[in-house]
Amino acid sequence: MDPVIELAGLSVRFGDREILHNLRVALSGRTIGLLGPNGAGKSTLIQTLLGFVPVSAGSARIFGRDIHQPRNLRSLIGYMPENDAFIANLTAVSFVRMMGELAGLPSPAALERAHEVLFYVGLGEARYRMLGTYSLGMKQLAKLAQAIVHGPRLLILDEPTNGLDPPARLRMIRLIKEMKQTGSMHIVVCSHLLRDVEETCEEVLILKQGRIVHYSNLEEERRANKRFVELETVGEEKDFAGALAALGCECVDAGRGRLKMVLPADFELRQIYRLAAERDLQLRRLNYRRDTLEDIFLKAMEA
Amino acid sequence: MAVYKRTYAAYEGSLTPRWSRFLILPRYSFARLWQSKFLVMFFMACFFYPLGCVGYIYLANNLSILSSLGGGPVGQFLKVEPSLFLYFCWVQAAFTYLLTAFVGPSLVSPDLVNGGMPLYLSRPFSRAEYIAGKMSVLFFLLSLVTWIPGLIVFIVQASLAGWEWTRANLWIAGSLLAAFIVWILMLSLLALALSAWIKWKIAAGGLLLGVFFAGAGFGTALNSIMRTKYGTLLNLTEVMFTVWSQLFRWPSDTGISAQAAWTCVAVVCAISLWLLARRVRAFEVVK
Repeated sequence: MDPVIELAGLSVRFGDREILHNLRVALSGRTIGLLGPNGAGKSTLIQTLLGFVPVSAGSARIFGRDIHQPRNLRSLIGYMPENDAFIANLTAVSFVRMMGELAGLPSPAALERAHEVLFYVGLGEARYRMLGTYSLGMKQLAKLAQAIVHGPRLLILDEPTNGLDPPARLRMIRLIKEMKQTGSMHIVVCSHLLRDVEETCEEVLILKQGRIVHYSNLEEERRANKRFVELETVGEEKDFAGALAALGCECVDAGRGRLKMVLPADFELRQIYRLAAERDLQLRRLNYRRDTLEDIFLKAMEA
Repeated sequence: MAVYKRTYAAYEGSLTPRWSRFLILPRYSFARLWQSKFLVMFFMACFFYPLGCVGYIYLANNLSILSSLGGGPVGQFLKVEPSLFLYFCWVQAAFTYLLTAFVGPSLVSPDLVNGGMPLYLSRPFSRAEYIAGKMSVLFFLLSLVTWIPGLIVFIVQASLAGWEWTRANLWIAGSLLAAFIVWILMLSLLALALSAWIKWKIAAGGLLLGVFFAGAGFGTALNSIMRTKYGTLLNLTEVMFTVWSQLFRWPSDTGISAQAAWTCVAVVCAISLWLLARRVRAFEVVK
């Protein structure tokens, strides 16, 4: 698959300070998560991709097009900023229509699309209200509506669930998943909330102090995690571990009767029970040990 | 797609030409501006003087009507000279000055206060187009009360005075147009720059008035203290009068040369553009 975003030694400087340092990665997932602590350079990376910030070294491509020609690129991108962002004294429908027109839609088409996307994000009944009267959650949805009105190929969401209550957050997550499933759009989600990224993203890029500290394909990791098992036993586990190793399992004794193992590809779980029964070993607990995004993130931060 | 179908679909229709997109901003701005009754009434008041000029020109070219009304000797004073158009510039410029103080501050500052810049600039829409779009709001609005009625007044005079007068005074039309274009350009850029730097609309409007009045006062003080005439360059009203006097071939008593006045106008425009370029960005760099 052709990469959606390709960074080739991308560096960005503000004065003497290097904000992004030699970023190299090719991202091709349908949904891409951008993670990192405060000041890691996530927002700067987004702003660089949008052409707001000049590149000091290297280059970046979106759908194979160089970001040095941002004007051609921006018609393919929808951007939902993190902070409050709206045009004063406009109703939601006028606001979204205007944003559609600025993206190049003819006025009647922009009006039609504005109604459609406002219904889609759940602001249909409030679309004639002034944006200034909207709650924080509604403003987030209005920002999402303006970002998708022109049907972008790449949607960049900067902290999309910021300040949302649980139902509104769930709605936002559902919308992101739905848009992903349409297949016409790639989505970049920049968030501090690991759970949001875990629920929506296929690929994750973790930044720390302007450097890429981890790239993870969550889909592949999820598949790999299914082969990783944790056991809690009571009895003589050494012989049991040896028997499992003989069957091709990579087994590590974690102490106090706990075993961690990676199963071979064609291994069936019933063999574990059989071996335990043969040795009169009690199995107190057996579960797939799945690396959560939090584990991945914390490991990356420690690196 | 019907609105009740709450599914997302990509847009696959045609797109508008890129050059025309800056005109979207004035369309939405005017829709909002005309909701103000005060602005509509003030805008209408801006046409009283041009209407008065048309009446004056009509009477000046039809003295028989005035004689029949018993105003015989008054007719000797009714003459249409270049100075009439210079005064026209003065009066209409005063109106446009107030109009700009009312409209200008609301053009850029709300977008900066509400974080609207990333929304504009994340689209195929440049900073230059944004400034052009916002400037065109003032350009269209001020044109409607300056050079357009000015040229109509000229055409009325030309049609009444005949071909000879028109041929001899055609330069007035050009001067009228140039005088107002320079004035609108300087005023618009100054208003937008102040609107971008002073995010509070009322303060930005007040500062626009202050730039002219405070500049005049400071310039006069400078002239008195330093025993010079270059302090007048801080008085934008006098500077513009010097420029217009040159355009209308009228003697200027401001004490500064036309060349210095033109340079001053260019500097004010350049500084305003620089200020705008500094502020109109998708994000703010916090040091």
